[in-house]
Amino acid sequence: MEANTRGTGRLPAAFLTPGSSSFLDFLAEHKPELIPGRRGLPEGAVVEAPHGTTIVAAVFDGGVVIAGDRRATMGNVIAQRDIEKVFPADEYSAVGIAGTAGLAVEMVRLFQLELEHYEKIEGATLSLEGKANRLTSMIRGNLGMAMQGLAVVPMFAGYDLDLGRGRIFSYDVTGGRSEERGFAATGSGSVFARGSMKKLYREDLTADQAATLVVQALYDAADDDSATGGPDLARKIFPIVSLITEDGFHRLTEPEVTEIAVAITDERLTRPNGPQAPLI
Amino acid sequence: MSTPFYVSPQQAMADRAEYARKGIARGRSVVVLTYADGIVFVAENTSRALHKVSEIYDKIAFAAVGRYNEFENLRIGGVRYADLRGYSYDRADVTARGLANVYAQTLGTIFSSVGEKPYEVELIVAEVGRTSDEDQIYRLTPDGSIVDEKSYVVVGGNADSIGNYLGQRHRSGMGLTEVVRVAVDSLARDPNGGSPRALTPEQLEVAVLDRQRFQQRKFKRILGGQLGRLLDGDQSAEADDEEKPAATAPSDE
Repeated sequence: MEANTRGTGRLPAAFLTPGSSSFLDFLAEHKPELIPGRRGLPEGAVVEAPHGTTIVAAVFDGGVVIAGDRRATMGNVIAQRDIEKVFPADEYSAVGIAGTAGLAVEMVRLFQLELEHYEKIEGATLSLEGKANRLTSMIRGNLGMAMQGLAVVPMFAGYDLDLGRGRIFSYDVTGGRSEERGFAATGSGSVFARGSMKKLYREDLTADQAATLVVQALYDAADDDSATGGPDLARKIFPIVSLITEDGFHRLTEPEVTEIAVAITDERLTRPNGPQAPLI
Repeated sequence: MSTPFYVSPQQAMADRAEYARKGIARGRSVVVLTYADGIVFVAENTSRALHKVSEIYDKIAFAAVGRYNEFENLRIGGVRYADLRGYSYDRADVTARGLANVYAQTLGTIFSSVGEKPYEVELIVAEVGRTSDEDQIYRLTPDGSIVDEKSYVVVGGNADSIGNYLGQRHRSGMGLTEVVRVAVDSLARDPNGGSPRALTPEQLEVAVLDRQRFQQRKFKRILGGQLGRLLDGDQSAEADDEEKPAATAPSDE
């Protein structure tokens, strides 16, 4: 069949071969050069590129919230002040990215397409675990680039329709996946964000409280990590906060996030270290 | 060694066309019509899993009649083509015209290739535009011809008699309830002049490309309760109860 598909303008045989519902597998067979991880760097090359920083997520009663700051850095220079690092993956999940911004955004684009492609071909959506596993193999495919300094470390959050609750998955640079209980953070400011959430997180949070929690955590991360951007009151640049519930993905509007961020900033004017947890 | 019979090219092509036409006429029909907010697809199909109408891309949908394995293959090829194109360029660069051309080339090559049997399928590729003037409907026949259709099209089964009926009843700018009614009536008619059959929601597959959807993907199946209410002529069923405007529509950026 391959022989007579050339030069006629008809769909090449790879398009009509049944079997795979994965766009990534199709690309690997038909156009491997379009897969981000396959476009390697020359041996020994080191590239300086903008890096995205902190992503935080927390589970609340009825869903999950995922948020990211807006800063991208290149060495000690702020490369971008208003980068977006949290994206909807499909209707019931979202992905936040830390690491090399250019590669990460491309990986998200491919991941979104992978989920949509499966949905269209199969007529059904993947399970949340299935989506998390697809992301694993994409990160693993990028390991060569990661070893040359261009790592991508995403965080995946979604509402599991089968279990009826929000779930968070974090990854390491090799694609190693682990499900997080309650809350999670990734990126350069993650240590401080995690510390903050550790003291503030409770299992019975409402959606609004969870949104406040993640913005608090990002404030604390920005407080101690130079690569994480805090709320920028002068330029009106605030974190991106997205909620995923039974009703699907919903990104908080600018006024909604502004209200949370301004309330937190005001409170910190009198108490710079933020809310205090009881000693015992 | 026997000498092969001489068959004139005209005769060979006519035989192949006849073979494909018979295969297509055996199945039930699919009708595609424009309405005020987009394009509606109505097929007679008792299966909930094996679809005759499917989504290809944001504004593009696909409908087919004939042999299932053949059009399913073409559908998957179309989804791969559209997704690859959207990924390497931009989502806006995926068009029904481009897809219809690729299908035409594929069907045409298979039709005239001696080593392959012609596909027994007839396809519709439709794209919803920002306004009704920009809606596009293409019909593809097994020999690879493309017909640019306006306002309505029928494929499979008694396409001619249903087409005549729709020609008299269908007007541009109809509401969804009204247009689905017309489509279902046209499918239920007896071509021999007998009394029409009664079609229940379970026997129908209905989907729309609705330009009013705030989502990027305009394709939506109308299922179960909503379809029942629509067939009962309940205008309120047009409003989609599952949808609510989100702050930001999911994008691929």
